[in-house]
Parts: sequence; C-alpha cells; structure tokens
Amino acid sequence: MIKLNINQKAYEIDADPDMPLLWAIRDLIGLTGTKYGCGVAQCGACVVHVNGEAARSCVTKVSTAAGKQIVTIEGLSENNDHPLQLAWNEVSVPQCGYCHSGQLMSAAVLLKENPHPNDEDIDRAMAGNICRCGTYPRIRKAIHLAAEMQKKEGAIK
Amino acid sequence: MSVMLSMVALMAFAWSAGRKKDDLSASLATVVKKDSVASVKAFEKVYTVLMSPRCMNCHPSGDVPLQGDDSHLHEMLPQRGKEGKGVFAMKCGNCHQPANSPGLHAPPGNPDWHLPPADMRMVFEGKSAAELAKQLVDPKQNGNKSMKDLIAHADDGLVLWGWKPGEGRSLPPLSHAEFKKAWISWINNGAYAPKK
Repeated sequence: MIKLNINQKAYEIDADPDMPLLWAIRDLIGLTGTKYGCGVAQCGACVVHVNGEAARSCVTKVSTAAGKQIVTIEGLSENNDHPLQLAWNEVSVPQCGYCHSGQLMSAAVLLKENPHPNDEDIDRAMAGNICRCGTYPRIRKAIHLAAEMQKKEGAIK
Repeated sequence: MSVMLSMVALMAFAWSAGRKKDDLSASLATVVKKDSVASVKAFEKVYTVLMSPRCMNCHPSGDVPLQGDDSHLHEMLPQRGKEGKGVFAMKCGNCHQPANSPGLHAPPGNPDWHLPPADMRMVFEGKSAAELAKQLVDPKQNGNKSMKDLIAHADDGLVLWGWKPGEGRSLPPLSHAEFKKAWISWINNGAYAPKK
C-alpha cells in the first residue's frame, strides 16, 4: 500500500509504485479536477503541488509523491476563494476550461514565490502551461488582478 | 620545453622545502608524466564529448537550456534561475524526475537535474577547444574545482547520465570509460590547452 497525503487528507492506495500520480489522483482517489493533457510533461494540464512545487503529475510516480504534501485544484482553497480563482472568475479567463486547473496551480506557485510579478515573470512562470483556446492575455491579466487582491488582503490583515 | 621547465621548477621547490629523497623522486615521477603533447591530444577527445548534445545542452551560452540532438532552445523556454534550477512554476524538477521518464520525447531525469548556477555559468556552447580547456581549469570559472575535484567530476551522477540518456537521444561520441581515460590523461599530463 502506498500512502498519499492529498489536500491534507491521508489516503492509502493499492497501486504499482510506478503509476503516474495523475492516475492515482483521478482514477483511484476520484479527484477529477486535475486533467490529463499530453502524458509527457509538455502541456501543464496535470500540474498539482507536491511539497509546494508545481509538479507535473503525469510523469511523477506515486512512489515519488508518497509522504509528501500534495495539493490539487480541489484543495487550492476551502471555498474556491483563492485570489487566483476569484480573479479567474472576474476576468472570465477560461474558454473551454480544460487547461485551467493546471494554469491555476502553476500561477499559485508563481504568486507564492513572487507576490508582485511583472509581465516577464508571468510569461516565464506560465510558459509551460499551454492553452489551446489562446487565453494567454486573460491569464496574464487575471494573475495581475490576483496579485492586487493578495496585496489588499495582506493590507487588511 | 614546458616539461623541462616544470621539472626544474619542481626540483628547486622540493630542495628548498627540504624534502626527503624518496619524496622528490615521487614528485619528479609525477612531473615527468606531464606531457603537453599527450595532454592536448587527450583534450581533443574530451572536447568531442563536452560539445556533444548530452553535455553541451545543459551548458548553454544563454539562460535557456538546449534540447535534442540538434541542440535547439528547450521548448517552453525554461530559465536558468539563480541556482540553475529554474524559476517559479518552471523549475527543472517539476518535469525532470529522479530517473528518465519512459517513452520518446518524455523528460529525461536525474535526482540532481540542473544547469550551472547564474553566478558560475560554465558555458560550453560556442567555446573553442582552447577556450574550454582554459575555463575548465580556472577555479573562478569551474565552480572552484581543484584538479582532484575535476577528476572526480568524471563520475558525477549527472555526467554519467549522459551515457544513459533515455529513448531517442544519441550518446556522446566516446564511451564513458574512453572519456574518463582521456579526461584523466588530459589533467594528469598538465591540463594543457590546445592552441586553437
């Protein structure tokens, strides 16, 4: 049995140690917000956080993720109220929406490490997340908006 | 000529330091082994490996790694970052696992996957054999490595990965054993740089 901690909840799964984490998250745990895109770490649709890093779950083995803190899009916030989620809604970022759980999880790492990113920082952080609908300008706009929201939240606290 | 000068210099140093006869013999033996012609010849072999995609792709002239046997800029343009491990949501380890991921075009892997850090870029791309040889033995440009460290570096895990690069990637032009032999021969014979 392999022990996983996903969204602060402990799971034990009966799986091959080489199984991609994405499979475990979707098919064994049932958290389907994380998407399968390319399967070879080229598109970013499957990004989750593993110990705070934007890991591509399609190439991360469950054995590598065991014992680490895994966060999926379902666990990004308690009430879908992470500044990025609010900004995504405000700007109406998604078109088809398929890539956006991965986009949000990558953007969350960016904002955690750089609360005030400029356009270049955003482009560099998000270059590995492909959007077939081409929502890139709205993604950039929403990240700036989320950064402003975080700043105001911080000021209130 | 250089061999002669080295011998004279070492003899003078050894006598002045008051070394025993046996120590001096051992030192002389080391010096006599130094051979600029053999050293340069060995480096010619070393250079073919260092400039192969498996080595050069992670020693780019810019801040984006290279990729593939044609050494094109890495897709997604990941950045070197301060420590050579990428930036934000684009860190090397986000895609590159502790071992090669299976399948064509899947990310190669190693537990220590990284570029040289921003303050010690150790560029291979675009360097002539002479430039690269001089850079490799300059502690200010080689990561503060001594000659002993350089020899040990031939067996570094990431260096060894070059000979197990995963599906669809060519191997360096020499076997690791041939490379290591040439590398050590270059260093032990004086780490001379080719003229060009």
